[in-house]
Amino acid sequence: MLTLTLKELTTVPLEAEALCPDMLAGLSLEAIRALPVLLGKRSLRLDDFFSIEGEGGEDIEIRGDLVKVKWIGRGMTRGRIRVVGNAGMHLGAYMKGGSIEVTGNATDWVGGEMSGGSIHIAGNAGGQLGCAYRGSMSGMSGGTILVEGSAGIELGMRMKRGLIAVRGPVRDFAGLQMKGGTIVLMSGAELRTGAWMIRGTIISMKPLRLLPTFSHACDYNPMFLGVYSKHLAKLGFSIPHDVHDGTYRRYTGDAAVPGKGELLVWQPR
Amino acid sequence: MLRIRNGKVYDPAHNVNGEVRDVCIADGKIVADVDASARTIDATGMIVFPGGVDVHTHIGGAALNFARGLIPEQHRKATPIFHSPERRAGIIGTTPTTFATGYVYAGMGWTTANEAAVPVLSAKHTHEELHDTPIIDKTCCVLMANNELVLDLLENDEHERAKEVVAWYVWAAKAYGIKAVNPGGVAGWKWGKDCKGLSDVVPGYKKVTPSKIVAALAQIADDLKLPHPVHLHCNNLGAPGNASTTIETMKVLEGRRAHLAHLQYHAYGGDDWFTMRSAAVEIAEHFNANPNLTCDAGAVLFGNTVTVTADGPWQHLLYQLTGRKWGNLDVENETGCGVVPYVYKEKNVVNAVQWAVGLELLLLITDPWRICLTTDHPNGATFWRYPEIVQLLMSFEFRKEQLKQFPDSTLSRMVLPELTREYTLGEIATITSAGPARTLGLTQKGHLGVGADADIAIYNESTDVAKMFAHPRYVLKGGEVIVEEGELRKSGLGRQFAVKPQYDESIEDYLRPLFQQHYTMSFENYPVSCERVHGLEVQPCNYCGTPHR
Repeated sequence: MLTLTLKELTTVPLEAEALCPDMLAGLSLEAIRALPVLLGKRSLRLDDFFSIEGEGGEDIEIRGDLVKVKWIGRGMTRGRIRVVGNAGMHLGAYMKGGSIEVTGNATDWVGGEMSGGSIHIAGNAGGQLGCAYRGSMSGMSGGTILVEGSAGIELGMRMKRGLIAVRGPVRDFAGLQMKGGTIVLMSGAELRTGAWMIRGTIISMKPLRLLPTFSHACDYNPMFLGVYSKHLAKLGFSIPHDVHDGTYRRYTGDAAVPGKGELLVWQPR
Repeated sequence: MLRIRNGKVYDPAHNVNGEVRDVCIADGKIVADVDASARTIDATGMIVFPGGVDVHTHIGGAALNFARGLIPEQHRKATPIFHSPERRAGIIGTTPTTFATGYVYAGMGWTTANEAAVPVLSAKHTHEELHDTPIIDKTCCVLMANNELVLDLLENDEHERAKEVVAWYVWAAKAYGIKAVNPGGVAGWKWGKDCKGLSDVVPGYKKVTPSKIVAALAQIADDLKLPHPVHLHCNNLGAPGNASTTIETMKVLEGRRAHLAHLQYHAYGGDDWFTMRSAAVEIAEHFNANPNLTCDAGAVLFGNTVTVTADGPWQHLLYQLTGRKWGNLDVENETGCGVVPYVYKEKNVVNAVQWAVGLELLLLITDPWRICLTTDHPNGATFWRYPEIVQLLMSFEFRKEQLKQFPDSTLSRMVLPELTREYTLGEIATITSAGPARTLGLTQKGHLGVGADADIAIYNESTDVAKMFAHPRYVLKGGEVIVEEGELRKSGLGRQFAVKPQYDESIEDYLRPLFQQHYTMSFENYPVSCERVHGLEVQPCNYCGTPHR
């Protein structure tokens, strides 16, 4: 295992695309130390900022308050990154495979346009989780993002496939312009959930303040949730599905687009 | 001074077809001989072409800029060009940035381009952008067929005055030719309507019809002795069964000169999207029989692109078909404009037919001098994909390979599988350079005779034609070596060609009050001044009734 420890918090963000198993695997410790990172516009060595131990491989542990370190795990296809502390912006952006685990908080743009792999955040996440980058037609197209704490605005904006599950509260515009995939909100969300959504599923365990362009379709217990809840339970997110416990209230929308997305809001008996 | 030694030269204008000979250059022009002290490029094993001429492309101006703004999702995936001492930064992609446009055209051996649609109102902007499009020489065509001041005159049968007004507009825009887009249809679009048939009365008028506009503008171009004939985008573009409209347009022209732009989009049979098929055979037959006409292919290649045209009503229809984005511009009383991002898909029957029709026309039109290679950039595909079309034209086997992906139900709508013609290198030089130069009336371009501009592309001869034509070994522009050993080494400014047709200055007294009434811009601020057109060269209006042969 390779262990990197941040020496000190920089004032300017550090762009460290090198912190990715695909980049580090097979390199000698010396080569890893010399990898370039960008501090502002200056290109510097990785070991100017991190003390690096262990041996190069697909298993990486990064320690310290990495809140200013951007692009950790960018485009990774394999291996494992464990961040002991907080992570900076664009964590796991464009990732295709492998896993990222954060013991602290993460900030904005976690898993931007990712297409596979999994990200687990033990603390809170920022906004634009699994989002499309500005100007892009589609966001996350596969993979899993799990957040134990809260999440910010525009969660899963334009996502096409994949799963985002958040245990804590979520802010405005969750599932904005969503095109597919699944969002699970264990503690509900603030305003305008599912605005402009075309397809996809948002499941909320708490009542939502809905847009007027969502219409009530029915109350039922969807068959697929029986299967899906088992998958979610394995990931640590248990959602009820038994008819004795209650029903899901299904809303369709967003009629403003018009879209055929679904919002499933749990109604305990 | 420079000598290109021992290259296999293709110069269709002088019937030179693969002869090994030297080409000599002095002071930016081709000369008969240079002395021994001149620099020599050893072109042994290479082929020498006159620099490519694009007769119909959209590389600058308000509409293209609008398209650039509308498709950030394509730009972010586009190939970047990084800043270097010789080069400005930019991106390539479907709508390359201005500087990138010049680098990419020159980088594949094309040295002249005709920006095909410029409203006078945004001509200043267009010329600024063309100035920032380095290396290549540029011309542009001014949109006239939906200009309400012109239509008003045609309504009252004031043909003589219409001619004066058009001539004034051409010089006001510092344009090189007259463009007609969906004559009458775009004016009708301002009423939410269109003119699909040639005898439809233009909405808002009592007598003017598309056929009247087409005939009038073709006549005006001839009367003004413009070097390039009216550049005509026919009515009913893109619609199934539109071949009949196109054939009718050829008849309306009655032997007058015209250049039919992106003919592929005007050569469909069938009655609706479900029965749409290729009508390339009928179109080619009529076209072959009308020596007054030239055309460009407007070929389609599969992939992502963005469609940009002054044809507002068609773009609205296309938007309804795609359901994605749509941009619509209104250019006061001059024209309209629509922008719709589009993906041509192999699995879409209509797109497959469009792909086939472009190639069919190129193969069925017998005289390579009268059809130019274009994709109507960026509408059918981006211009940097031309080598892919060359490959399709030069190899029947390659086409057969490509056709394998389509089911029989799609193949039955095209004639492409039956066409065995293969282009020779000489014919490729004709459709990419000699022909378009002659169509544009640019006598100094498209050939390697003494006195021609020394715009030359030198390719390493190879059987992989797509690769060969995408990466020339050397490119010379005006005698300067721009590309050397496959790398862009230099970047100078190109020139802009315009014409000043004869008109009576007193026409301004007629126009001035109309401007105060109808335009948001004052008359004095309207024309593009010569100082604003960088590298302006005024070409003579001396068309004399015979093609420039």
